[in-house]
Amino acid sequence: MKVLVAIKRVIDYNVKIRVKSDQTGVETTNVKMSMNPFDEIAVEEGIRLRESRSAEELIAISIGPKHAQETIRTALAMGADRGIHVETDDEIEPLAVAKILKAVVETENPDLVILGKQAIDDDSNQTGQMLAALMGWPQGTFASELGISDGKANVTREIDGGLETIQINLPAVVTTDLRLNTPRYASLPNIMKAKKKTIDETSPGDLGVDTSARLTTLKVTEPSSREVGVIVEDVAQLVDKLRNEAKVI
Amino acid sequence: MTVLIIAEHDNAALKGATFNTLTAAAELGPVTILVAGSDCASVADEAAKLSGAAKVLLVDDPQYANPLAEVFAPLVVGIAGDYGHILAPATTFGKNLMPRVAAVLDVQQISEITAINDPDTFERPVYAGNAIATVQSSDAIKIITVRATAFEAAVPGDSAVEIENLSASENPGLSEFISTELTKSDRPELTQAQIIISGGRGMQDGENFAMLEKVADILGAAVGASRAAVDSGFVSNDYQVGQTGKIVAPDLYIAVGISGAIQHLAGMKDSKVIVAINKDEEAPIFQVADYGLVADLFKAIPELEAELNK
Repeated sequence: MKVLVAIKRVIDYNVKIRVKSDQTGVETTNVKMSMNPFDEIAVEEGIRLRESRSAEELIAISIGPKHAQETIRTALAMGADRGIHVETDDEIEPLAVAKILKAVVETENPDLVILGKQAIDDDSNQTGQMLAALMGWPQGTFASELGISDGKANVTREIDGGLETIQINLPAVVTTDLRLNTPRYASLPNIMKAKKKTIDETSPGDLGVDTSARLTTLKVTEPSSREVGVIVEDVAQLVDKLRNEAKVI
Repeated sequence: MTVLIIAEHDNAALKGATFNTLTAAAELGPVTILVAGSDCASVADEAAKLSGAAKVLLVDDPQYANPLAEVFAPLVVGIAGDYGHILAPATTFGKNLMPRVAAVLDVQQISEITAINDPDTFERPVYAGNAIATVQSSDAIKIITVRATAFEAAVPGDSAVEIENLSASENPGLSEFISTELTKSDRPELTQAQIIISGGRGMQDGENFAMLEKVADILGAAVGASRAAVDSGFVSNDYQVGQTGKIVAPDLYIAVGISGAIQHLAGMKDSKVIVAINKDEEAPIFQVADYGLVADLFKAIPELEAELNK
């Protein structure tokens, strides 16, 4: 079995987001960038399939500017076998990402594509489902458990109110939720080894994918902030305020 | 232009976020509600009585007993041409289904809208709600998921609208439902609760959540948790409030032993009144709290329980 994981370079989740004063977006210069946390879980799951011999090859793909190669190197250092970099400086919407991934899937023929359920920058939560739709494949989204046997995947999904288990035919798309696994850190020897692994370079144009945007971002603004509250002395005062001032209990 | 919403239900009754989705949709035009399920006529009846509904489409077939995206998407795609907007709640149901519909229709979905500025222009939070993007769609059909907390819930009206029966679409046979394991609780659902009391890493272990449950039972509240508490294995993931968990906006949110990471704030900062109880006075949660109590939660929570019982 061959597994493809799609990874995105995003602003590190610990960075305090600042909206640009001209309202065109958020500040990204001199800001720490990292692999989207859900994609790290996707890479880890791919490596585990590789280690349990369910998969023979694990390929990591990223779409983005030159620096996206660093994110691919991180995946290679964790344990992916080779990388694919689809280079573009444009902002690529989920539908176009799914189209690019489809073009790559059609040449690489993986049995399973694993993606993070959402990127923590645009919070769209769309790409995996869209890729599955374009391929006519089933989808196991928000996975907290994944088992592969007899050409099928058993996926336990995090749904509102609990868990749902479904069985889907392979090839399939799986998107990761938090509890699927805990991603490993790359060891220093593996970081060195990753430098020798191949990253194939291509572009949306080479793949014949039109990435023109369907959404125009008119502006990006700060969310409305809350008024500063008060510090109460003790529990009795707190309950009194909630009863008589806020009147919520 | 007519608007379609996809009802989320359990074959017996509509689920909460559907009511808010209807309110959002009604801003755009007359709303048709699609109820697809199995033995779900009562759900269609409930939907037909809602204020804002213009028509209900009922597809009653065993293949829709559970909401598999592979089975639901062809049904929605099949009728999509009649509508200018198709909306679903931004719950795990809607998030799973709608991008699959959008991709087949070659549409760039607009996720988790919090406001409708005009029929093409919507507001949606990005970066865990640390920024609000106003986006304009150039697609012929708009495929949208709706953040329930941003819109009021629709209520029953005076009369019922027409219910039209549709036949099932073909099942592509790609996926099979095996089982669900729903968390059983007598407390209200997180996204529906008027009051929520949540615990974070400061709770130290899962057993200590019993303290919060006692307070929750006095207040008729739901119990939630931060991602840190879920990651530490204190409680299961469906307790999680935050960017990657549930988005809530109750009348009262009590954060206990929660430091207030931006990912958690993203899920609760639209609550009407926020209380923070934390022994670290520097904790960022105090910056969004209306009432802060700097105290050891293991002392404060039993006191709170006693005070509420007075």
